[in-house]
Amino acid sequence: MTGTAGGSGAALPVSPDAGGGAASAAPLLSARDMAVHFHVGSRLAARVRHEQRLLRAVDGVDLELARGEALALVGESGSGKSTLALALAGMRPVDAGEVRFDGRVLPTRRSRADQRRIQMVFQDPYSSLNPRLTVGGMLGELLRVHHVVPGGEVASYSQELLRLVGLDGDALRAYPRQFSGGQRQRVAIARALALRPDILVADEPVSALDVSVQATILNLLRDLRGELGLTLLLISHNLAVVRHLCDRVAVMYLGRIVEVAPTGRLFSDPRHPYTRGLLAAIPRLADSAEARDGTSPLADSGPAVAGDMPSALRIPAGCRFRTRCPIARDICATVDPALTHATGDLAHEAACHFAFSAAPSAEPSAGPAEPSAGPAERPAESRWKKE
Amino acid sequence: MSEPASRRRAENTAAGGVKGPMLDVRDLHVQIASRHGTVRAVDGVSLEVAGGEALGLVGESGSGKSMTLRTILGVLPPEAKVTAGQILLDGVDLVPLSRSDLNRIRGPKISMIFQEPMSALNPVMRVGYQIAEGPRVHMGYGKAKAAQRALELMQRVGIPDPERRFRAYPHEFSGGMRQRVMIAIALSCDPEIILCDEPTTALDVTIQDQILRLLAKLCAESGVSLLFVTHDLPIVAQLCQRVAVMYGGQLVETGDVREVLLDPRHPYTLGLVRSAPDVEYVRESLVPIPGSPPSLVSPPSGCRFHPRCAFAEEDCRVLPTPLRVLPGGRSTACLHYERAAEAAAADRVGP
Repeated sequence: MTGTAGGSGAALPVSPDAGGGAASAAPLLSARDMAVHFHVGSRLAARVRHEQRLLRAVDGVDLELARGEALALVGESGSGKSTLALALAGMRPVDAGEVRFDGRVLPTRRSRADQRRIQMVFQDPYSSLNPRLTVGGMLGELLRVHHVVPGGEVASYSQELLRLVGLDGDALRAYPRQFSGGQRQRVAIARALALRPDILVADEPVSALDVSVQATILNLLRDLRGELGLTLLLISHNLAVVRHLCDRVAVMYLGRIVEVAPTGRLFSDPRHPYTRGLLAAIPRLADSAEARDGTSPLADSGPAVAGDMPSALRIPAGCRFRTRCPIARDICATVDPALTHATGDLAHEAACHFAFSAAPSAEPSAGPAEPSAGPAERPAESRWKKE
Repeated sequence: MSEPASRRRAENTAAGGVKGPMLDVRDLHVQIASRHGTVRAVDGVSLEVAGGEALGLVGESGSGKSMTLRTILGVLPPEAKVTAGQILLDGVDLVPLSRSDLNRIRGPKISMIFQEPMSALNPVMRVGYQIAEGPRVHMGYGKAKAAQRALELMQRVGIPDPERRFRAYPHEFSGGMRQRVMIAIALSCDPEIILCDEPTTALDVTIQDQILRLLAKLCAESGVSLLFVTHDLPIVAQLCQRVAVMYGGQLVETGDVREVLLDPRHPYTLGLVRSAPDVEYVRESLVPIPGSPPSLVSPPSGCRFHPRCAFAEEDCRVLPTPLRVLPGGRSTACLHYERAAEAAAADRVGP
């Protein structure tokens, strides 16, 4: 993989309504300095035990989504990627910052017309479909409420939707329980597409499915992009899935985007230490090809990323990754790095003091192991290595 | 740290491995009574795990891999019955053993790591005592000695500050730390073999990496055998020496990890490899396995994979497909395995 090409390697036809060269000029969807906070625990507990109550799930995110592109949001659980997706889709109020669609700021309470533009597919097709509605009932209700097609055409349009996602027309009369997991996810995708959205937000669409079924859904999403010119925001923890499907990847860590790059570039030349760790942590099929004497290659070296992610209730000062960072310096404890890009390469951004300068050569400062939060958040392997 | 297992392993290898496999499952059949009929969840599975070896058992959900594991540990649901076969652990058949005899074996001989540590740990018991329980019951340790053992184990599995964490409850731990506690419990009586049921599926990729490295290190150090059930082929590729692929309650391919996963001899294995997106190798399009897994109440005749198989012939519908040993010691259940081999070779020279 050379990674010099900007895209994911898979040449996708540009959608007819992608707007040609204008696509890059004005993003279809953009978020500026967006924040989503949760209040956790009781006020009393906060008073008595001096516990921080504000959970900053999304903490200052800038993101742009161009028409027709597929952007992936990756990160560990708790990094805020799902919350960000919900907020972008208008299903969760935003505490700070603004979301723009087609250049227009979206209000907190979106109109029905605005809601239609961004649709979601959820992770678990077993709980995201109403078990008491047939597929036809589900689609019909949606189509009537949003006046997508005239009443007389609801049935034929529903059939068409099912055909689009690869299901038989008979499925209209069936209940969700009559489908397998992969088929349910197809129904969920049909439901999202029913409103002819501009943007499809898919939150871990395949992680609840079996491996052999995952492929069918991933292929479907890719075909739909080509066919409908959909803009796709894919949330996933599986970088292999992301590499297969997306043009650009944004890596999230503790509520912040720490690196954004075209897919090929991110995999071949990651600049943020977290991204490097994330990539190194993926088990690879080909690794077994290396000669070895009966022991696993895993036994020889330390973990790709040490420790656990700190709690979003106690985000470390300075760079939020410094508690697990192998190259953390004194500056990382005090100065929060902003997203910067390399000279002459606007597409690749990373939020690390050393992202585009030479990696620091001196010994790391004593700081990185400083516990930032609850008991579990300390790098775990340090003690192990001494033995 | 007491290391009888490693001593045993040393003896084993010193004796030239004449003792035979640590775990030897022979022609195991498990049937579950259900409303729709008898489910043949495990249908003639034979496995061998040598001392100090890690064997990966892979397959989709419903393939019977977890049921095989549960049968070995003797924790089947009440409606499931072992109808035939033997499970030899160090030469002793576990199938006819009574519950109390099994209890004596679980812990010192065989232990298990579950997928979801939060539901496998006791939520109202301090983790230190949960780890110390095994040594107290099985090894006759007193309270102080067992606590000492628990602290050692916590340190060994990389739980920082064990003295303080000893008195913590499971909910105070992160997912990765909970899984470390599970591993400490599994190791607490120094077993010969640990059964792992998707122990990292619920974890993030960075934490999964930590846990897999820990397991690999512990295996290499103490010589404990692993039977590792997962649906994730790359994990097996990295952790295990040998792999067994299950489909519809039967084994369809076994052999060296490298050979089986990179050069499959069964269309189902090939399908699994082709359908999973890989970070290193981006395919133009993923190749899903068509159709859906077979019913285990009335499985297809002949080869169970034939309705979904691109290479199926007439004989696949009728002939039984037991595992056949191929040159090199690997085995496959496919009658026309050369075709899978050709397709795998074509894949390699392709893009």
